[in-house]
Amino acid sequence: MEIVLIGLNHRTAPLELRERVHFSPEQASRAAVELRSTGVLEEAVLISTCNRSEVYGVPASLQVDSAASLEQCLCGFHNLAPGSLDGSLYRRQGRQAVEHLFRVAAGLDSMLLGETEVLGQVRDAYKIALADGATGPTLNRVFQGALEVGKRVRSETALGAHAMSVASAAMKLAEQIFGKLTHKRALVLGAGSTGAKAAAQLRQRGIGHLSVANRSAERARELAARVAGECIAWESVTSVLHHPDIVVASVSGSEWMLTREAVAEAMAARQNSPLFLIDLGVPRNIAADVAGLYNVYLYNIDDLTGIVEQNRKSREDEVPRAEAIVAEHLDKFASWQAGSQAAAVINDLGDKLRQERENFAVEYRLELERFAPDDRERILRLMDSLLERILREPSARLLKEREIREKLQDIELFRDLFGLGKGKR
Amino acid sequence: MSNLTGYCALGLYVASFILYVWHLYSDQVIVGRSATLLLAGALIAHYYALMERAHLLHAVPYEDLYGSMSLFGWFLGLTYLGLELYHRRQSVGPFVLPLVIILSGLGALLAPGAAHSAPARGVAFALHVTTLMLSYSAFTLSFVFSAIYLSQDRLLRSRRLSAVGWRMPPLELLERMTRSGVVVGLVTLVLGIGFGLIVEDRLRGRYFSFDPKEIISLLILIGYGVYLWLERSTAWRGARASLFCVLNYVTVLFSYTIVNLYMSSYHRFF
Repeated sequence: MEIVLIGLNHRTAPLELRERVHFSPEQASRAAVELRSTGVLEEAVLISTCNRSEVYGVPASLQVDSAASLEQCLCGFHNLAPGSLDGSLYRRQGRQAVEHLFRVAAGLDSMLLGETEVLGQVRDAYKIALADGATGPTLNRVFQGALEVGKRVRSETALGAHAMSVASAAMKLAEQIFGKLTHKRALVLGAGSTGAKAAAQLRQRGIGHLSVANRSAERARELAARVAGECIAWESVTSVLHHPDIVVASVSGSEWMLTREAVAEAMAARQNSPLFLIDLGVPRNIAADVAGLYNVYLYNIDDLTGIVEQNRKSREDEVPRAEAIVAEHLDKFASWQAGSQAAAVINDLGDKLRQERENFAVEYRLELERFAPDDRERILRLMDSLLERILREPSARLLKEREIREKLQDIELFRDLFGLGKGKR
Repeated sequence: MSNLTGYCALGLYVASFILYVWHLYSDQVIVGRSATLLLAGALIAHYYALMERAHLLHAVPYEDLYGSMSLFGWFLGLTYLGLELYHRRQSVGPFVLPLVIILSGLGALLAPGAAHSAPARGVAFALHVTTLMLSYSAFTLSFVFSAIYLSQDRLLRSRRLSAVGWRMPPLELLERMTRSGVVVGLVTLVLGIGFGLIVEDRLRGRYFSFDPKEIISLLILIGYGVYLWLERSTAWRGARASLFCVLNYVTVLFSYTIVNLYMSSYHRFF
């Protein structure tokens, strides 16, 4: 029941290599089937995101170097030359492999510390493997534990609570002013990459109405179509400024796009309803003295970067609490695993004793034939009962008492002691 | 509330307050839920304490200042719990609970051991005081929401929103909650005044006696009515209206303390 992991991520491999080893859901499903049918793994789950590709598995045999076999399969699957992943792959086994998965699910191993998307990706990978029947008792337990770790880290710590990009920080601020954005209107000035990101974020947050304006009407139309928004003529921006509750400006140019007078006029027209202005332009697009207007909230790129930096520190402060949750679940898993191993050893020991009893009956067949058939049957049944009784108490204690398992430390010693062989795995 | 149940309720309020503060800083779901559960437990215990006192007095439990404060605290906790469950926002708890604790604590700790039996004054009197206590509680909540609004508005404008600030309700929600508090406060205040007129007529044969309590109650009514008008006006909506709401609460406090203790002739507690 040893778990192995091989994989690469944003720390060990450049994007070009990660792209080549990426698995689509269908490929992940096919690869898991292959790994099992070729006898490399007995259970398999593949996680593949933009930042990582990892194979978790339970090897079919402990005698074989499963990590090397997995690497071969990985290269073969993606038509890579053998050894082309050298230096980029990491290999983990047993407790370290489980710890790695728990940390991934918690967002502790992510490029953006505490990001929440990875938990969904782990869940999806597990669901695919489960649907394909590629998981067994061990990986089921490990992945269910990982999902629980992820959920607990998100609900019990603030590791993923704060915005980590300028655009998402701006959206959080908008929600801090207006609450849900579903009935709000937004205007994005500028259809460059920053404007596009802001528009996408607004759409993602469920903004009620989204308008886009740009000097080049063509680009404005393109962006508006992409984010299901309305395209507004560049010349009419100031005349419609009283409509939106949120204005994002990211226009290139050295003159103020929105002056205090223009915003004051818009505020009067909108009866002083709160207006949130996000100035992402460098140089700035909105006159700084606009911030002095009543019910106007103005944030520029520096203000938002400051928030992101503050949030990054807050997330780092939460790491020890998240690590403690990972450690707690690792202990739980280790205890479960030890219990399962003990159960397997006890089963094998029972089988061994029953086999010995059979051999004994054959060896002393002549002696036993002196008894009447009924008595002979009774003697054999009594021998079976005696064996059951001998095994009952230690079996129960080994399964129930964690302390005893810890004292034994290595349950495999039992196998050696009673000559039970290496078992199934 | 000078009994074991009362102290028990007070202890639960304090424990709930500690958990609310902890939740505000840690944002841990389990801590927040425990705070809410403790508050619910405190309100149940407080209710039984009020009932015990009512049995002791053979009258409604707000015959004296301590009983009144205790009932005020209970209503405040209850209305807050209702709002918390409705809006699913626990971050206001640390600001409301201290008021609940002060009111219930003074009610529990200062109440005389042996309460005297009060003359029965009928259902209209009970409704008069109960609805007015409810209106005070609603105005208190609107005061807390307005104060938080002002603080949040200032932090947002100065771009210095702290970790705690991010957990506060959005400005628009705070505005709505303030408005709801004021509307509930006004409705119950009108009802309370109405029941008061009935009691006045029955006891003294007239509806209005120009008692300072009656005059200040009308001023409160007008003040909050003006707030409802201002908070929708172009010039006042937002922080200015919230400031007006905070100032209005001064008249509520004045009515409950100075007027009740020193100025009114027959709304006095002693």
